[in-house]
Amino acid sequence: MRFKKIASLALLAGVITSSINSHAHRAWLLPASTTLSGESPWVGIDAAVSNDVFHADYHALGLGGVTVTGPKGESVEMHNQAEGKHRSIFDLNLTEEGTYKIAIAMAGLSASWETEDGERRRWPGRGQRPDPAKFDSEVPKEAKNLKVTQSSRRIETFVTAGAPSDDVLAATGVGLELVPVTHPNDLYQGEAAEFRFLIDGKPAKGVEVTILPGGMRYRSSQDAIEVKSDKKGLISVEWPIAGMYFIEAEYADDKAKKPATSRAGTYFATVEVLPQ
Amino acid sequence: MIVFKNVRQVIAAATVCALPQVQAQTLSVDVELPRLSVAEYHKPYVAVWVAKENNQIAAHLAVLYDVEMSGGKGEKWLKDMRQWWRRGGRNLDFPMDGVTGATKGPGTHNLTFASQLSDLAAGNYRLMVEAAREVGGRELIEIPFTWPAKNAVSERVSGSEELGSVALSIEP
Repeated sequence: MRFKKIASLALLAGVITSSINSHAHRAWLLPASTTLSGESPWVGIDAAVSNDVFHADYHALGLGGVTVTGPKGESVEMHNQAEGKHRSIFDLNLTEEGTYKIAIAMAGLSASWETEDGERRRWPGRGQRPDPAKFDSEVPKEAKNLKVTQSSRRIETFVTAGAPSDDVLAATGVGLELVPVTHPNDLYQGEAAEFRFLIDGKPAKGVEVTILPGGMRYRSSQDAIEVKSDKKGLISVEWPIAGMYFIEAEYADDKAKKPATSRAGTYFATVEVLPQ
Repeated sequence: MIVFKNVRQVIAAATVCALPQVQAQTLSVDVELPRLSVAEYHKPYVAVWVAKENNQIAAHLAVLYDVEMSGGKGEKWLKDMRQWWRRGGRNLDFPMDGVTGATKGPGTHNLTFASQLSDLAAGNYRLMVEAAREVGGRELIEIPFTWPAKNAVSERVSGSEELGSVALSIEP
């Protein structure tokens, strides 16, 4: 089953339930460059969780769930993987010209309910990896305040060798995803970019999007750009300054597939905006 | 050096074989690269191209970079001429015959183009000159012009950092 396969990839899935609707910490992938020239260039990528985006000072992001997809849809090897105290690192050798997607994606079910004694229960338990096969046996069919949520979480970034290409940007149709109208490696200061959000492959209306410029340590406010997607799932952003930006998006509705009663998705991406 | 030699060869070839109704006009560019008193000086990468009104590239005229570095290593910094890279440099294969050549030191360098512009449709354009220097800065100069020119054109714009005076002249 597709769903099972995705859930089994979900090495961080234990975090799903606790991370949704929580701004406490941001998980990010940060490439050293996003626009590269020359023969088979290399690029290093940091992966971490922190409050101030791109300042690795809290927790490394595990690399177990990272997938790297090349311009022709091929899986790309991650070189020199290492997990530090505050950040993980790896290198990519971009042997094909075009755009590469680096992603951590997970999706699965979570549930909460109350026992007859009024005790609150949740599945998967805190810090546990969910085993989708055990959902039926571990979650009651009927319980007081039973809520089953179909959750997805996706962390992405993009790098391009030579001219940008589009193949790798296609949606998978699972969870909350960003589909570029403007290419994510073709963003410039003072220009507007357009992105479309999809939930399970369909336009997601009302996605709450917060866009944060990097370098947060060197200013006194978050300087967040806040936008909401329209009925076509579209947002438009004009980049005030050049630099690295963190995009965080959240979506929830009750149009879930049974046994879920609601669905929720979070999406995080790092993009670079170049000067004119 | 390579650029000039190739360009002349191309011009020579063009004059021999392409003699339709109209004689091609010649566009001449003088690019001054300033002498900079800096501890670490590297000759700049320079791109010269013709931009349409919508910023698309109508013609790549010259790209000066470290062509001689082994294994095409000099191509790594082509992206630093970021406007040129964005507008079309990134779609090219390097080196490019008649366009790419070695970097130049301080001084005024004349580049003359005719055959590269033989297909250029009549209209309004901008001559673009962009320079980017390792451990230095980056600068872009634009000079608008109309093609083909009715009368002789002579325009000059001065840069402030990485480019000195850039002069455009067109002989009808």
